[in-house]
Amino acid sequence: MTQATVTQKFTPTFTKLVSKEGGVEYPLEALYVCEETFSPLEVAYDYEAIRQQVTREKIQAGPNSIWRYKAFLPVATDNVIDVGTGMTPLIKSNRLARRLGLKNLYIKNDAVNMPTLSFKDRVVSVALTRARELGFTTVSCSSTGNLANSTAALAAHAGLDCCVFIPADLEAGKVLGTLIYNPTVIAVKGNYDQVNRLCSEVGNTHNWGFVNINLRPYYSEGSKTLGFEVAEQLGWRLPDHVVAPLASGSLYTKIYKGFQEFIKVGLVEDKAVRFSGAQAEGCSPIAQAFKEQRDFITPVKPNTIAKSIAIGNPADGVYALDVARKTGGHIESVNDAEIIEGMKLLAETEGIFTETAGGTTIAVLKKLVESGKIDPEETTVVYITGNGLKTQEAIQGYIGEPLVIEPKLDSFELALERSRTLERLEWQQVLV
Amino acid sequence: MSVVVLIPPALQKFTNNQAKFECDAESVGDLIGVLEDKCPGIKSRICNESGQIRQFINFYVNSEDIRLLSREQTKLQSGDEVSIVPAVAGG
Repeated sequence: MTQATVTQKFTPTFTKLVSKEGGVEYPLEALYVCEETFSPLEVAYDYEAIRQQVTREKIQAGPNSIWRYKAFLPVATDNVIDVGTGMTPLIKSNRLARRLGLKNLYIKNDAVNMPTLSFKDRVVSVALTRARELGFTTVSCSSTGNLANSTAALAAHAGLDCCVFIPADLEAGKVLGTLIYNPTVIAVKGNYDQVNRLCSEVGNTHNWGFVNINLRPYYSEGSKTLGFEVAEQLGWRLPDHVVAPLASGSLYTKIYKGFQEFIKVGLVEDKAVRFSGAQAEGCSPIAQAFKEQRDFITPVKPNTIAKSIAIGNPADGVYALDVARKTGGHIESVNDAEIIEGMKLLAETEGIFTETAGGTTIAVLKKLVESGKIDPEETTVVYITGNGLKTQEAIQGYIGEPLVIEPKLDSFELALERSRTLERLEWQQVLV
Repeated sequence: MSVVVLIPPALQKFTNNQAKFECDAESVGDLIGVLEDKCPGIKSRICNESGQIRQFINFYVNSEDIRLLSREQTKLQSGDEVSIVPAVAGG
């Protein structure tokens, strides 16, 4: 890679990798684990350098993508992979809010993120930008689906070779949504944790950039943009409460980091934000640890329709527990039936079709409201991280059927009357 | 029991850069002792000062996390594959 041809118009602000346990420092290479304690490595920044580069005005004048926050992201050049990822809508909720009894509910809608309709496009854009800087020509990932879609798409855009690893029982929509970009797709007969383990071993022997393994410290920083955007979209202020899904715990803890960084460089006023997290009961190691007041995670075997958050051994689980507890948030779980209801509720009240992870988040939001854990006056932001078209199998059979008629007016009138009767029956079943 | 151990890159400097290591051990706990005998210094990376496996290291016996088995007491059979993997996830 010829550094001489890349124009450096800004000064990179990231300085080193640091072990999260013990603070051992490492250079800014494709490293992800501390050799002393095996804990994850985290990118460290020179916040004074960031402060000097950013103002609200400069950010607002920046690209309409995550890269308006480039000063906060771990990239060394201006040669970023930008397909318009990020700056997704932050919607003020009316009907869902009223249904739940909340006055200030906002929905951050990454179901429409570009290019592959999940928040993963954020982290992959950062990871592949960095991969290219580090000289990788083949990129890879271990994925429950959304990451595979995103890695394959952005690799195609960037002209990088790509090989993705997925569990063999992944939803058809997600497999198709990866194959279309023509990577090599390896479907492993096992659960996601087994795929991850295999990929660690593959990474040892092939010099590939695994976005969520050896590039993980850079990759994970992309999730901070979910925090930055909400702060900017709320008018340069922080919400009171956020509810986000928990898989590995990375997204959740990086949104927290994002808010803290904006405070640190003076872009928003310091204020307390409660962080609540959502898991599926069938894979809820973090929620269980939270409920049992433990500070360690016991891995579980996932068994839930929410496959995109089915991580039985979450690497950032303990950090997520720490964030929830110190901010006064709650980590809750819901069962598969509640997840389906969550997907339907969001679609029927707000016109947003989210996948099972989003259904989980909405169901937990509802659960928290019903148990009195959310003040109706609080400004609450709920994070919707992926599109429902990707998990169609999960919702099939729960959303009714069309009414099939002859092309005759009286056939239609009969069907309409029938549909109104069915609606009345449904109403009668709803407890008020 | 003769088992194969898969060694992550971070520990390969103790095993002469070998990614696969064969040895005899009765249990996972026993295996760590055997590894320390043959590859001095490796135990202090795997275990903390109290001798417990560090929280960010995963041990798998034939793809099963030992925390879902009997942890360090997990018995090993001949031909078992033991994988040592740092905790990384997300995707």
